[in-house]
Amino acid sequence: MSKLEEIWMTVSVGVLVIFMVIVGYQTYALGMGPPSHKETIDPQKVEQTAPFDNPGLIDLGDNKYELVMTLEAFAFNPGNVEVPVGAEVEFTMTSKDVSHGVQIPGTNVNAMVLPGHIQKITHTFDEPGEYLILCNEYCGTGHQAMFTTITVK
Amino acid sequence: MEQAKNIGIRENVISNLGVNPQDAKISLTYFTISFATLLIGGLLGLIQGLERAGLYSLPAGFNYYQVLSAHGLLLLVVFTATFTIGYQLANLSHSFNGLLPKVRKMIWIGIVLKVIGVVLAVTMIVLGEASVLYTFYPPLAAHPIFYIGLVLLVLGIWSVAFGVFINYRHWRKENPGKPTPILAFFAMGVFVLWFFASLGVTIEVFMIIPWVLGWVETINVMVTRTLFWWFGHTLVNIWYLVATSAWYIIVPKIVGGKHFNEKLIRLVVILLVVLNIPGGFHHQIIDPAISISIKFLHVFMSLSIAVPSLMTAFAMFYVLEKAGRKKGGKGLFGWFKKLPWGDVRFLAPMIAMIAFIPGGAGGIVNTSNQMNQVIHNTMWVVGHFHVTVGVSVVLTFFGICYWLIPHLSKRQLTPKMNKIGVIQTWIWTIGMTIMAGSMHLAGLVGDPRRTSDTTYAGHETALSWLPYEYVFATGATLLLIGVIIQVYAVFNMMFFAPKGKTEYPVSEPEDDQPKVPMWTERWGLWAIVLLAVVAMAYVIPIVDMIVNAPPGSPPIKTW
Ligand SMILES: [Cu+2]
Repeated sequence: MSKLEEIWMTVSVGVLVIFMVIVGYQTYALGMGPPSHKETIDPQKVEQTAPFDNPGLIDLGDNKYELVMTLEAFAFNPGNVEVPVGAEVEFTMTSKDVSHGVQIPGTNVNAMVLPGHIQKITHTFDEPGEYLILCNEYCGTGHQAMFTTITVK
Repeated sequence: MEQAKNIGIRENVISNLGVNPQDAKISLTYFTISFATLLIGGLLGLIQGLERAGLYSLPAGFNYYQVLSAHGLLLLVVFTATFTIGYQLANLSHSFNGLLPKVRKMIWIGIVLKVIGVVLAVTMIVLGEASVLYTFYPPLAAHPIFYIGLVLLVLGIWSVAFGVFINYRHWRKENPGKPTPILAFFAMGVFVLWFFASLGVTIEVFMIIPWVLGWVETINVMVTRTLFWWFGHTLVNIWYLVATSAWYIIVPKIVGGKHFNEKLIRLVVILLVVLNIPGGFHHQIIDPAISISIKFLHVFMSLSIAVPSLMTAFAMFYVLEKAGRKKGGKGLFGWFKKLPWGDVRFLAPMIAMIAFIPGGAGGIVNTSNQMNQVIHNTMWVVGHFHVTVGVSVVLTFFGICYWLIPHLSKRQLTPKMNKIGVIQTWIWTIGMTIMAGSMHLAGLVGDPRRTSDTTYAGHETALSWLPYEYVFATGATLLLIGVIIQVYAVFNMMFFAPKGKTEYPVSEPEDDQPKVPMWTERWGLWAIVLLAVVAMAYVIPIVDMIVNAPPGSPPIKTW
């Protein structure tokens, strides 16, 4: 290998290492890791299993909320939720049938919601407005109709 | 020196024998299937673009997801796979002075299996029994015949792969102590990776078939997803490895240069083969049921593929600069202008290589934890793979057509056809820049992928995506024009171009190169290393997914 090649390889590997350090710092030190919740549930008994037997918005005090939500072809339950400005909302979700994805454009809320698995993701809504919540994983012919909103005021 | 002399002798032998007619027939059959598929798949692509932008509605009885399923399967699997096989077998036949008769038989069996498989799968899609997209994630359950079609498709590929392995072993035995010709080495890499990549999806499909037939009640959703991406992502990198074989070995000859140090080329091939499969995990970065630490490990494993890619970038710039300077290019960029930009055999793969720079950068975004969360399942991803597969791979394939097809059909590449090729390349480049560029931007503002209509009852966020979608449709229209020109060029060169001889542009090593290290030929060892890397990546998460599995899911049809 020539000198130039060695320099190039060293820089390449160096960039890779620096990149990993940044991603690692964000993941572990800043707690910005991707949604990776590990609880499971019987996908055929979602309606009989707590907390999904009673989906809805739970006020935890201190402007913190838990939104327990079920996803199914082609709906979010509950839909059209309202929260105050500055609310920190933890979404607790599962699917009653096939794979879905939950996405709120304009935020970092983006997670897969799979049957048999409970997924969690938290977001603080600092700006007022009507946010779109949509399904971003193909789930059948009505996939494009699977959406709802969350209103922040 | 000795190596260079060996290759020199081999070249002479080949030019004396010319093209082997039986092998040419095999490759041309593959190219016929490939470009017929491109025409259908491309048309389905434009229909989607128009439907999504609200400019066209499908006739009653058909829906967007059916069209999307067919477009994905035909272009991502059938077009690319058949082109790859046609091209790799031509390389092998050229390197080995013809394939073995029994290998030819295996290849024909492979063709038959694949055609039956594709016809079965596509028929189910057309009948509305398999609108499950390229990913066919359980518990979406298609008609059993769809999966049986996939099994036949994989068996067809294996039949070819085993043929290649047999022919390689035979040549090595006949030529003791000699390194295999570099294009044959690439072909080995391609089929070894292909075989191990397809193991994942094969296991998945054998989990699905008894489940859709009702023999077992439920299926493990996470395990099937993971096995799918073991295959689904590697597939894309197989096409990339095929493209690099042309970048390293064919392009230098066309620009009047020599190829890079063969030891490094072989090392890149080995790295691309052994490191590739775990890259599939970055498709699952926002899945539940995989811990953050495992995901972090996979960011690293996915990114490791950047190392051989950066080596390739270095090697290609080195080779091109050297060739350009030899032709009198001066100064920092003078060599760049000296390259044969008017030669489609160079122009197409060159744009393909340049596209790999933004393509690779986009790949790094997709691979990393937090950035993935922003763009996951948005149009960004669609834009990304239209740059990597649609330009880096496909333009390389198109460029190969302009010398390989006339070579095999014993015809000429006329100056007129070259000009058509150059125009086609620019139409394709502009079309993809417009389409993939706007897809990236739309994805950043949240436009989801795989959705027939994104107006969401007129929500203002959704309406902000519409202008981008008109731009996708414009790009898609240009691309269909590009497809039509390319298909015309391919069949013209196959059947109507003037008779003659076309060169097989295989570059030679530089004069002062060291001997090719024989340890690079130890494919048994590379297969073991590959399996060790796969085990490192998959054993812990898959065991976790099985041991801590929820009750499974029954088959569901939601379309
Ligand atoms: Cu959905």
